[in-house]
Amino acid sequence: MDTEQSVFYSRLLTELTLSFHIIYATIGVGIPLLILLAQWMGIKKQDEHYILLARRWTRGYVITVAVGVVTGTAIGLQLNLLWPTFMELAGNSIALPMFMETFAFFFEAIFLGIYLYTWDRFEDQRKHMLLLVPVAIGASFSAVFITMMNSFMNTPQGFDLINGQLMNVEPLKAMFNPSMPTKVTHVVVTAYMTSAFVLASIGAFRILQGSNHVYHKKALYLTIKVGLIFSIAAAIIGDFSGKFLAEYQPEKLAAMEWHFETEENAPLTLFGILTDEEEIKYSLELPYALSILAHGYPNAEVIGLDQIPDDETPPLYIHYMFNIMVMIGMGVTLIGLIFLIGAWLRRKFVFNRKFLWLIAATGPLSMIAIEAGWWLAEVGRQPWVLRGILRTEDAATTSNQVDLMLYLFVGLYIILGVASIIVLTRMFKNNPIERELKERQTEGSIY
Amino acid sequence: MPYELIGISVLWFFLFGYVIIASIDFGAGFFNAYSVFVRKNHIISRIIKRYLSPVWEVTNVFLVFFFVGMVGFFPKTAYYYGTVLLVPIHISIVLLAIRGSYYAFTTYGKLDKNMWTYLYGISGLLIPASLSTVLTISEGGFIYEQGNSLSLDYWALFTSPLTWSIVILSLTSVLYISAVFLTWYAHKANDSRATELMRRYALIWSVPAIVTATGIIVELRTHNPLHFQNILNLWWMFGLSALFFICTVYLLWSRKNYGFAFLALVMQFFIAFFAYGFSHYPYLLYPYLTITESLTSQGMAVALIVAFTAGICLLLPSLYLLLRLFLFNKDYVQGKLK
Repeated sequence: MDTEQSVFYSRLLTELTLSFHIIYATIGVGIPLLILLAQWMGIKKQDEHYILLARRWTRGYVITVAVGVVTGTAIGLQLNLLWPTFMELAGNSIALPMFMETFAFFFEAIFLGIYLYTWDRFEDQRKHMLLLVPVAIGASFSAVFITMMNSFMNTPQGFDLINGQLMNVEPLKAMFNPSMPTKVTHVVVTAYMTSAFVLASIGAFRILQGSNHVYHKKALYLTIKVGLIFSIAAAIIGDFSGKFLAEYQPEKLAAMEWHFETEENAPLTLFGILTDEEEIKYSLELPYALSILAHGYPNAEVIGLDQIPDDETPPLYIHYMFNIMVMIGMGVTLIGLIFLIGAWLRRKFVFNRKFLWLIAATGPLSMIAIEAGWWLAEVGRQPWVLRGILRTEDAATTSNQVDLMLYLFVGLYIILGVASIIVLTRMFKNNPIERELKERQTEGSIY
Repeated sequence: MPYELIGISVLWFFLFGYVIIASIDFGAGFFNAYSVFVRKNHIISRIIKRYLSPVWEVTNVFLVFFFVGMVGFFPKTAYYYGTVLLVPIHISIVLLAIRGSYYAFTTYGKLDKNMWTYLYGISGLLIPASLSTVLTISEGGFIYEQGNSLSLDYWALFTSPLTWSIVILSLTSVLYISAVFLTWYAHKANDSRATELMRRYALIWSVPAIVTATGIIVELRTHNPLHFQNILNLWWMFGLSALFFICTVYLLWSRKNYGFAFLALVMQFFIAFFAYGFSHYPYLLYPYLTITESLTSQGMAVALIVAFTAGICLLLPSLYLLLRLFLFNKDYVQGKLK
C-alpha cells in the first residue's frame, strides 16, 4: 500500500470512528442536564413522575455512556496511531485542553458512578440531585475542552514556526483561538438541543404505541421546551459562526455556499446541485443574504473561491451538508414552537397521530444534523489538518495495515451499534412506565 | 526538579494506578467467568459484581489519562510509538471496546447469557497481553527504519522469548493482584466461602507471578545489557519488593490480616514498577528516544503541570468520596445497602 492509500484509509477510519462516537458523545453531553432538570422539577413540584423520568433516562443513559467511553478511548488512541506527525505537533502546542478533557471526564465518571448506585441511599432526594451537578458539569466541560482542540486545528495560534520547529508556545493563546467561542458554544448548545429532542422523540413514540399515560405528556413538555430554547440559541450562534468564517476561513464559507466569484451584494444559494461543469442547477437564490450572513450588511464584499488557490479549496459537496444541517435545525425549531403554542392554547392537534410522528422524527433528525454539521466543519478544513501549517497528506501514518484496521472497526461498530439498540429497547419494553409506577406504589415511595 | 522528571513521574504513577485497578477488574472478570464454568459462581459472583459496579468507568480513565499525558509531555512518543504500534494497539482498542460496553450491556441491559460472561472473562486477559507489547517494544530491537518510515518487525516480536515472558508476567500478575484483592474484599463482606476460594487462587497464582518477574530480568541480560546493568544497580529496590511479596504470601498462608496482605502487594508492585522505570531511564524507546529530547515545549510543560495540580485537587476528594461510599463502606460491602 502506498502513502496515498494510507492517507485515504486513515481519513476513512478517523471519519468512521468520529461519526460513530459523536452519536453517543452528543447524548452524553446533553442528557445529564435533562436528568438534572427532571429531578429538580420532581423535587420542586413533589411530583413522582419527574423523579421517575430522571430514573428511567439515567438507566438508558448508562448504556450510551458505556459506548461513548469506549469509542472515545478509541478515537483518543487512534489520533496517535493514524496521525502521528500531527499529534507530535499538537503535543507541543495544544496538549493542555486535551489533558484537561481527561480531568473533566474523570470527574464525570466518578460522580456518575456514585449517582447510579445511591438511588435509595439518601432520605433527602435533594442530596442525591446534587450529585448530578458534577456529572453535568464534567460532561459539558469535556465537550468544551475537546472542541477547543478542534478549533485550534481551524485557527492555529499561540506559537511561532521557525524552520519547521515550534517555538515560543503559549498554551492559553492556543486554547483561546479565534474559532473557539463560536465552535464551543455551538457544539454544547446543539448537544443539549439534540438530547432534548431525542428524549422528546421517545415520549412521542410511546404515546403513538398506545401508552396514554400523563407521564409521557409531562416528558414531552419538558423536553420540547428545553429543545426549543437551545435550538434557537444554536441558530443565533450559527449566524455568528458565518461571520467568523468570513473573517478567518473564507475558503470554507465560499465552498459551503458555492460562492465562486468575489463580489458585493452577494446572494445566498440555497439547495441546488452542482454539475460536472461547475454549473449550479435547481437552486434558490436569496439576494444579499450571503453578505448579511457574512458581514452583517447587504452590500458587503464576500470573498469567493476565485481568490483561493486550487490546491487549497475544500471539496464543494459540503454545500449539501450545510443545507441539511440548517434545514433540519429550522424544521425542528418550528415543530417545537408549534407544539408549545398549540399546547398553550389547548389545541387538540398537538396530540394527534400525524403531529406526534413529526415530534418522533425530531430526535433522529437532530442527530443527522449533528453529523452533517461535523462533516461540514471537518471536510471544509481540507486539505489542511492544521489550517495553513500541516497538510493532511503529510500528517497520516506511513503504516501499511490501515485498510485492515478499517475493516476491523467497521465490524466493531456494527456490533456495538446493534447491541446497544437491542439492549436499550429491551430495557424499556420489558419495563414500561405503568408497571414501574405500580411497583413503586406497593413499595411505598418517597413522593 | 526538571520538567521531564515531573512529567514522567506523574505518568508512571497513573500507569501504576491503571495496572492495579485494571488488574483487579480484568482478573475479577476472569474469575467470574471461570466460576461460572466450574459452577462455583454462587460463591463469588455476588462479591465481584458488588465491587465492579461503581468503578467500571473510572478504571478506563486512568488509561486515557496516561496516554493523553504521554503525548502532552512527550510529543515525540506520538510519532514513534504511534507509527509502530498501529496493529497491536488497535487490537487492544477493539478488546477494550467489547469488554467495556458488554459490561454495561449485561449489567444494566440483562444480556445475561453465559457466552457474554466467557467473552468478558477472556477479553480481560487478552487486553493486558496486547497492551504489554508496548513494554517489550520499548526495550528496543523490534523496529527497523525503511526509507523515512518506521516499521515493526512482527517476526522478531513474535519469536522473541522476551515478548512471551512479558505477556505471561502480565497475565499472572493480573490474576494474582485480583485474587489477593478479592480475598480481602470477600473477607470484609464476611463471606467466608468466597474468602477461602479467592485465597486459594491467590496462593496458586503467586508462584508463576514471581517466577516470570525474575525470568524477565535474566532475559534482559542478553536482550538489552544496558538496561540489565541498571537493574543490577537497583538490586536493593527489587530485593525490598521481594520482601513485600513474601509478606503477602505469608499473611495469606496463615489467614491473617488480609487488608495488610493487599497493602503489601501494592507496595511490592509499586517498588518494582518504579525500579523498572528508573532502570529504563533515560530512554522512552531504546535507542531512538530519550526522555530529555522528547520533552514538550517549555510553555506547555509548565501549563500541563499547573493543570495537573489543579486537576488533582479536584480529583482526590472525589475519589475519596467514591471509596468512602462503596469500597470502605461496611454496609455496602456486606450487601446491606443497595
